[in-house]
Amino acid sequence: MAYKNYILVCAGTACESSKGIALYKELEKELKAQGAETEAQLVKTGCFGFCEQGPIVKILPDETFYVKVGPQHAKQIVAEHIIKGRQVEELLYDKEQKGKSANEIGFYQKQKRIVLRNCGVINPEFIDEYIARDGYAALEKVMFEMTGDEVIEELCNAGLRGRGGAGFPTSLKWKFTKNIKADQKYIVCNADEGDPGAYMDRSTCEGDPHSVLEAMTIAGKTVGASQGYIYIRAEYPLAIERLNNAIDQSREYGLLGDNILGSDFSFDIELRLGAGAFVCGEETALIASIEGKRGMPIPRPPFPAVKGLWGKPTVINNVETWANIPMIILKGSSWFNRIGTESSKGTKVFALTGKINNSGLIEVPMGTTLREIIYDIGGGIANGKKFKAAQTGGPSGGVITEEFLDIPIDYESLQGIGSMMGSGGMIVMDEDDCMIDITKFYLEFTVDESCGKCAPCRIGGRTNYNILDKISKGQGTLEDLDQLKVLAQAMRKASLCGLGQTAPNPIMSTLNYFEDEYLAHINDKKCPAGKCKDLLSYTIIEDQCIGCTACARVCPVNCISGKVKEVHLIDQDQCIKCGQCFDKCNFDAILKG
Amino acid sequence: MTTTVEKKKILTPEIDAFIEKWREKPGNLIMVLHRVQEEFGYIPREAAFEVSSALDIPVAKIYGVITFYHFFKLTKPGKTQIAVCMGTACYLKGGQDLVDECERSLGVGLNTVTEDGEFSVEAVRCIGCCGLAPVVTVNGEVFGSVTTKQMSKIIDQFKGK
Repeated sequence: MAYKNYILVCAGTACESSKGIALYKELEKELKAQGAETEAQLVKTGCFGFCEQGPIVKILPDETFYVKVGPQHAKQIVAEHIIKGRQVEELLYDKEQKGKSANEIGFYQKQKRIVLRNCGVINPEFIDEYIARDGYAALEKVMFEMTGDEVIEELCNAGLRGRGGAGFPTSLKWKFTKNIKADQKYIVCNADEGDPGAYMDRSTCEGDPHSVLEAMTIAGKTVGASQGYIYIRAEYPLAIERLNNAIDQSREYGLLGDNILGSDFSFDIELRLGAGAFVCGEETALIASIEGKRGMPIPRPPFPAVKGLWGKPTVINNVETWANIPMIILKGSSWFNRIGTESSKGTKVFALTGKINNSGLIEVPMGTTLREIIYDIGGGIANGKKFKAAQTGGPSGGVITEEFLDIPIDYESLQGIGSMMGSGGMIVMDEDDCMIDITKFYLEFTVDESCGKCAPCRIGGRTNYNILDKISKGQGTLEDLDQLKVLAQAMRKASLCGLGQTAPNPIMSTLNYFEDEYLAHINDKKCPAGKCKDLLSYTIIEDQCIGCTACARVCPVNCISGKVKEVHLIDQDQCIKCGQCFDKCNFDAILKG
Repeated sequence: MTTTVEKKKILTPEIDAFIEKWREKPGNLIMVLHRVQEEFGYIPREAAFEVSSALDIPVAKIYGVITFYHFFKLTKPGKTQIAVCMGTACYLKGGQDLVDECERSLGVGLNTVTEDGEFSVEAVRCIGCCGLAPVVTVNGEVFGSVTTKQMSKIIDQFKGK
């Protein structure tokens, strides 16, 4: 039966966290109560990407886009929109948007969705919805119309490069594995998304799990493997549930398991859970972890494509890379390689977060500028603050400053300015963020996550962290800066794996673009952004204070004294520098510095 | 090799069944440890020994794996588990202040349990709700855009539950 309307409710982790499930249940109840069950079908979908405004509800066919919808709005949506056909104005993202569709919202206008094509469109829990959107058509094509060499050539012509960060050509990996004779080969999906502040892969697995399964099966057929593994973080329960559900459904439909689509090709996929180790994103460490061991990397070569899981040739690709593949096979390499730049084809998904108005998951063609991402899609810096830098590549990456806002983003251009594409975390920082503080944050992360196998990473990282800690406390010297650089170079050259080799990147990048900030900490014992607590004090300006007691009431440690209508005083010994008094004061009577 | 004859066995029949299902699969140790932790909230010493004999893997190797991965715990967490997200977005928006606030209100540092066994606090890596930063989860329930003031209220809300 065809419905007049479809109500799409986001069921991604972020929207679920903001009571998305309660909203879904309430809508279900209201449709029944108001006798509109035959009018509209309720669909639970994957992430729409606009997480800042969640929970999100989209109504088809008119593409009305409702934001920040709570369970309490369900009644109104059904009564007004579904029954009377009138938009609920107060829930529209932008009141000006009345009558317009979701795609006309600034957040979506410059995006191009290939990887996220089905996220927020289909119900990821039903294989039929994926199939209805040409799902598994690419697999059919590979099974019956293409040879393995043709598949690899198509990927090569498409120019698809690994989306996990390094950008290695996907077709080459496949070719190496295909050309080796072995009794067993493996296909692995790297869903161990460890970069703090990035959740592209999680949203893809949650919103469109079959795209990953289909692509892995295509790879299995192409290189001659019969077993696949998805290595996924245990911290992603919803993604695990959806993938397991998708695997079961695929088996039922004969798309996984023995004799796929009636052919003599057999392939199956199993999930293996990570256990919170960032280094397991490195492919040799990931292999060790799937084998049930401590996730420590080993030197390459031999590369996993030749000698990988249990010593057998193994193709490892990242979730986002996999999700591209069915589309490339279906629409052809000439369609795909028209998108993007000379060296980097297709799109890139970013988790746009930090001090930005529209936090969320975005997908843009390679070559889009940072300015377009931050201002057109992201809606600019939050609270009217000034842009300071964007950080890409997480703990392995670097900062991009204002002067580079207009360079087209691709693998090479980002490397050229000392950052990297990374897996897709993009964190926007404003004038209140201290570069030493954020560098220290990343170093703390890599020190914590270092597996400890090789000395450059284990000792170099720790020593660099200690130096940064000293600088952040105003105890650094100019020699420390030289020491940071020397150690950074040594780590880059001598570390065993990508984690250690790239761990100094945040240091080198911030030293390069924000040396003045390091000098301010060292020479003037000041933190210009007012973030490093040891260099910070809050004092009350006597002339401005009217004695309203607002600061004293908000102070969590009760260290502000003073009577009503009298000047207040902050006890510096007890102050924990939380800054709440500073934010609370309406009379600019508190000095931060 | 099974351990069914031993007294004071702590692995449940469900876990035994799980181990049986995974026995022949290579690389099964981490999956089994996940199942054990799901049951107990951590990996008790006795359980590690039982897994060792069930899978015929030396205890030393099992502890090597447990201590390598952040996710596996060796001590029992509090009844109410508070996890403060310390992903980059949450850190920038004040995650550390929330950790400090938890320490202040509960009187225990990170990864420790309060004396009464009620609360434990841990800092976790990105839980992927960056749009809601800073984020705290309490027994899995997500709280977004948390201020230090709200943090202490959230703790109060779970006290005595």
